[in-house]
Amino acid sequence: MSDVSTFLELLLNGVSMGSVYALIALGFVVIFRATEVVNFAHASLLLAGGYVTASLHDDIGFWPALGVGIAAAAVVGAAVEFLVMRRYRGHDHSVLAIVTIGVDILLTTELTRRLGTDVLTLGDPWGDAVLTVGGVSIAHTRIAAFVAAALLITAFLLTFRYTSWGVAMRAAAESSETAALMGVRLGRVSLGAWAVAGGLAAVAALFLTVFPTPGLERATSLAALKAFPAAILGGLDSTTGALVGGLIVGVTESLATGYQSELAFMGRGLGDLAPYLVMTLILLLRPSGLFGTKELARV
Amino acid sequence: MADAQGEGLAVDDVSVGYGPVRALRSVTLEVPPGAVVAVLGGNGAGKSTLLRAISRTLGFHGGAVTSGEVRFGGRRISGLAADRVVATGICQVPEGRRVFARMTVADNLRAGALGATGSRADKAAALRRVHELFPVLADRAHQRAGLLSGGEQQMLAVGRALMAAPRLLLLDEPSLGLAPLMAARIADTVREINARGDRQVSVLLVEQNAALALRLASHAYVLEVGEITLHGPADELAGSDEVRRRYLGVVDETAAADATAVAAHAPVLRKWGGDA
Ligand SMILES: Nc1ncnc2c1ncn2[C@@H]1O[C@H](COP(=O)(O)OP(=O)(O)OP(=O)(O)O)[C@@H](O)[C@H]1O
Ligand SMILES: [Mg+2]
Repeated sequence: MSDVSTFLELLLNGVSMGSVYALIALGFVVIFRATEVVNFAHASLLLAGGYVTASLHDDIGFWPALGVGIAAAAVVGAAVEFLVMRRYRGHDHSVLAIVTIGVDILLTTELTRRLGTDVLTLGDPWGDAVLTVGGVSIAHTRIAAFVAAALLITAFLLTFRYTSWGVAMRAAAESSETAALMGVRLGRVSLGAWAVAGGLAAVAALFLTVFPTPGLERATSLAALKAFPAAILGGLDSTTGALVGGLIVGVTESLATGYQSELAFMGRGLGDLAPYLVMTLILLLRPSGLFGTKELARV
Repeated sequence: MADAQGEGLAVDDVSVGYGPVRALRSVTLEVPPGAVVAVLGGNGAGKSTLLRAISRTLGFHGGAVTSGEVRFGGRRISGLAADRVVATGICQVPEGRRVFARMTVADNLRAGALGATGSRADKAAALRRVHELFPVLADRAHQRAGLLSGGEQQMLAVGRALMAAPRLLLLDEPSLGLAPLMAARIADTVREINARGDRQVSVLLVEQNAALALRLASHAYVLEVGEITLHGPADELAGSDEVRRRYLGVVDETAAADATAVAAHAPVLRKWGGDA
């Protein structure tokens, strides 16, 4: 296989994985913008969605199971908002961030207990089929991941931009008090954000566990954690940042893993480490991330 | 309250605290339907606190109404959430404009309409009216609001509030930081909003700029350290010595001459002359 096609394969796989990370990071950013809370429970929402899909697909078929999985993750997200986040009466967002760590531990413990040492498949229709064009091979699952992520992200951005829900979301993100003065129901905005984030995470769960990955297992939540550097390096409050950050992380990871042997002097496991290295570098140069906003207002 | 005044806004014996800080003490005031009422007061008098108590946004500042109640249109609103208050027809233009800087002018206006209860056609009519009042907002529709000038931002803040088609507009220092000409323009617009249109919009105007406020209002209250110390018809207050001295400065020429004369002869002032 030629160098060029190796590179292209790594790049395409990286872009595909990157678009999946972008889905996760987008949910993360949506919650942050709506509520200013850094949601450390995000990986457990993803695991919950994946688990529901995995347990149902044998009985009801893949597509319905995926639908139920997405709905379930959305409900779990909304429940966390309604039952936990909303009860907090204070104003310190870092307290809430720590609360989400607690929620994450709770959810992840329960889900990993159920999973045990199992590796569950999600019953996807793509299997291990591979498409080869001009010497460049790419798995069907990776194409599906990219297409699905691109569609969802486009739909999300259009909604965010053109619907009343989007306007309410953006207004609340800039100033919750002023948004309340406009009649925006802040509770609904944050409930919606958590539900959307959960739904997107469930789709991501599917594409984190399909071929060539063996399936849903405990370690899936670790894979989901790569969306954190994606969201952070893009700028926590920027949707564009989440997309670009996701792609950067995906491509970096793919290339670092693919050229592992050439980069052996940097030690093993570089693929897992690379996203964090890139994040650190970017934050050194731009402390608020690539697209993170400092205020644009004239004061 | 069964009388006609009960249809407007009634702030009844309201006290507000920010934790241990008492910011308002037993404040009572009324805005009859269709009226423009002004509240005058210096820095820290409690003007913004009063508006927050009406719009139910004290919670964002760690404050709360400790006693008394607010009614609007005969209905008690002092137990509602902020968004429900908007639904009753009250809209506040916050101090310092607070436009959504990262959103376009058009989206800011859309945000203003989020709390409106009317139909799509009502919203379109509200937008036309806002563009009529402030043509610049139509020209700049797709520009980010943060890039507008201070005066344009104030127009946007007022326009945004009007998008909810309020029956009562709360204005917190709309002239703050504006050049006299721009302040006068805003004042004209307030008059126009109040006077014209198919539905009457009452206005509760909070100002440090007493001259401007007293010209606009039919009735005014003076707020000092959390208490109403004076109130009455605006022209009467404008004529009262107390208000002229404290809020209007010395305006007419004889008084100005007196003041200079006093200053020239006042030994107290010499002390500060520096030569001693
Ligand atoms: N969040 C807060 N926490 C504690 N005290 C506050 C808070 N906000 C206002 N205060 C106090 O309440 C009093 C009234 O403040 P308020 O902002 O209502 O005054 P104001 O008349 O609007 O003044 P300005 O003209 O400067 O806007 C002041 O003594 C102020 O220090
Ligand atoms: Mg104030």
